[in-house]
Amino acid sequence: MSEAVALAVPAPARRRNVPWTVVLPAIPVLLAVLLAGLAPWIAPHSPISGDLALRLKPPVWQEAGNADRLLGTDLLGRDLLSRLIWGARVSLLIALAATLIGSVAGSIVGLVAGFYRGTADTVLTKLIDVQLAFPFVLLAIAVVAVAGPSIGVLVVVLAIGAWVGHARIVRGLVLSLRERDYVQAALALGAGTPRILVRHLVPEVLSTIIVLATFDVGRIIILESTLSFLGLGVQPPTPSWGSDLRDAAVYVRQAWWTAAFPGFAIMLVVLAINLLGDGLRDWLDPRTVRARGNERT
Amino acid sequence: MVGYVFRKVFHTAFVAFGVATLVFAALRLSGDPAATMLPGDASVDELVALRRQLGLDRPLWLQYLAFLGGALTGDFGTSFRHQQPALPLVLERLPATLELAGAALVLAVALALPLGILAAVYRGRIVDVVAMAFAVVGQATPYFWMGIMLILVVSVELGWLPTSGRGGVERLILPAITLGTHFAASLARLTRTSMLEVFGQQFVTTARAKGLSEWSVVLGHTLKNAAVPIITLIGLQFGTLLGGAVVTETIFAWPGVGRLAVQSVFVRDYPVVQAGVFVLALTFVAINLLVDLLYGVLDPRIRRE
Repeated sequence: MSEAVALAVPAPARRRNVPWTVVLPAIPVLLAVLLAGLAPWIAPHSPISGDLALRLKPPVWQEAGNADRLLGTDLLGRDLLSRLIWGARVSLLIALAATLIGSVAGSIVGLVAGFYRGTADTVLTKLIDVQLAFPFVLLAIAVVAVAGPSIGVLVVVLAIGAWVGHARIVRGLVLSLRERDYVQAALALGAGTPRILVRHLVPEVLSTIIVLATFDVGRIIILESTLSFLGLGVQPPTPSWGSDLRDAAVYVRQAWWTAAFPGFAIMLVVLAINLLGDGLRDWLDPRTVRARGNERT
Repeated sequence: MVGYVFRKVFHTAFVAFGVATLVFAALRLSGDPAATMLPGDASVDELVALRRQLGLDRPLWLQYLAFLGGALTGDFGTSFRHQQPALPLVLERLPATLELAGAALVLAVALALPLGILAAVYRGRIVDVVAMAFAVVGQATPYFWMGIMLILVVSVELGWLPTSGRGGVERLILPAITLGTHFAASLARLTRTSMLEVFGQQFVTTARAKGLSEWSVVLGHTLKNAAVPIITLIGLQFGTLLGGAVVTETIFAWPGVGRLAVQSVFVRDYPVVQAGVFVLALTFVAINLLVDLLYGVLDPRIRRE
């Protein structure tokens, strides 16, 4: 019995019942996206201009807290909650843009290299080896050192960090998929290469790409905040979780909340995204489905 | 084995060449260093003069060859800020970085291996749940936040450990925890998965059937066979540790290569950025070579590939 048939039949049924391992982590992720999207309407105060009379106010549950500044204020009297909400917008937007660019580019390269093999594939594999042999933060430092820190540069650099993983895994999948009977059959029937790539190979690798991209969003949020924390990413006064932590680190002794909340926001969102990735992988990725099938027998 | 070693060394030389090319590309193609070094009101003549002085007016391929030659002979130019050759400046800080990354590695392995093994042995029980909860939370926590929170709680509130600088074990503990936790989290998860995979194999059943004690089965038979993916991750992650060291050094004012590189970006000291990035990347490549060679010793099947 061919595996392709076995996988194709139960797919619609599987897809109808979204398991709780996907739904549960998806809730906080969607919530964060919603908050970010609605920032101009729901943020209680301006994220940029502060009230100097209300500098370094602690969160509302502390004695000196101010009921109008739920999570307290920073050194410039800016409302921390509002900066968190606007920061979500910046961080998520950058992460989504970089993931999208990186995963589309990486997947196309992986598809083409895996399908055509030959010289292009050899060159690509070497290129991947070299980039993987390079701690990514260092590459980012080198680029930002010359190009200067800006959101555009940041997105490009982060996308460069993301494409390799996609190219490598998609290439590996396509290498084995192209030998399958149904691809050979399509070739024999005279289907052109674009048709085989788009109609037969892309649907097979799509679920893997989605799972990879989910994990990438989480990884990139951390990378972006790291670069912003180092002063190499989002620049003040634009609110971003990482650059807010950069300022907060300086006066953390006087105001723990300025450092605690942005970091907590990063952790929660990345945690939810990673769990969503785990859930999606178990649900969508045929390779794990097959592995689980073997486990049962 | 000789053929295997030769292949790996050749591959490493190629990767090192690639790394040099990547550093060159990142630093030369992403903008004009001369333009970013001069103040905004500098004249065109000054710009042209600086470009000539830095050799930026030459064709790109000549610049590339000069850079490769410099990298081979260890000449990355003179630091604008320190007025000394860039490479020695970087090299004298390398031991501090390696000390930090090494301490984080030891800490992570010491924490993650027992945790992963226990989680696999007691799969589905409370130990497993707690260990994996630690792992997923650890993987989602950024280094810098962890470092700031540790300083806040352990140094400022409790006053147990100093907040910054190098020297003495007490100054190494917090940076090592900061850098090691993320790694410990992924290593614990992988150890658990690899152990569970090996548990299902027939030789484990045989070992149990022979009446060996459970711990002898776990440590003697299972762990040894689960070692290859675990060592792979340790090797691969050492590079991530070198990258994470950049952040950790910045938080704890640890006098390593990463902190120097970041500081040099802000004062536009390109020769030092270049040398720092290159040295850290090369260290990583060298460690990967060691890991590859170690595989060959551990698993004879790999040598024959």
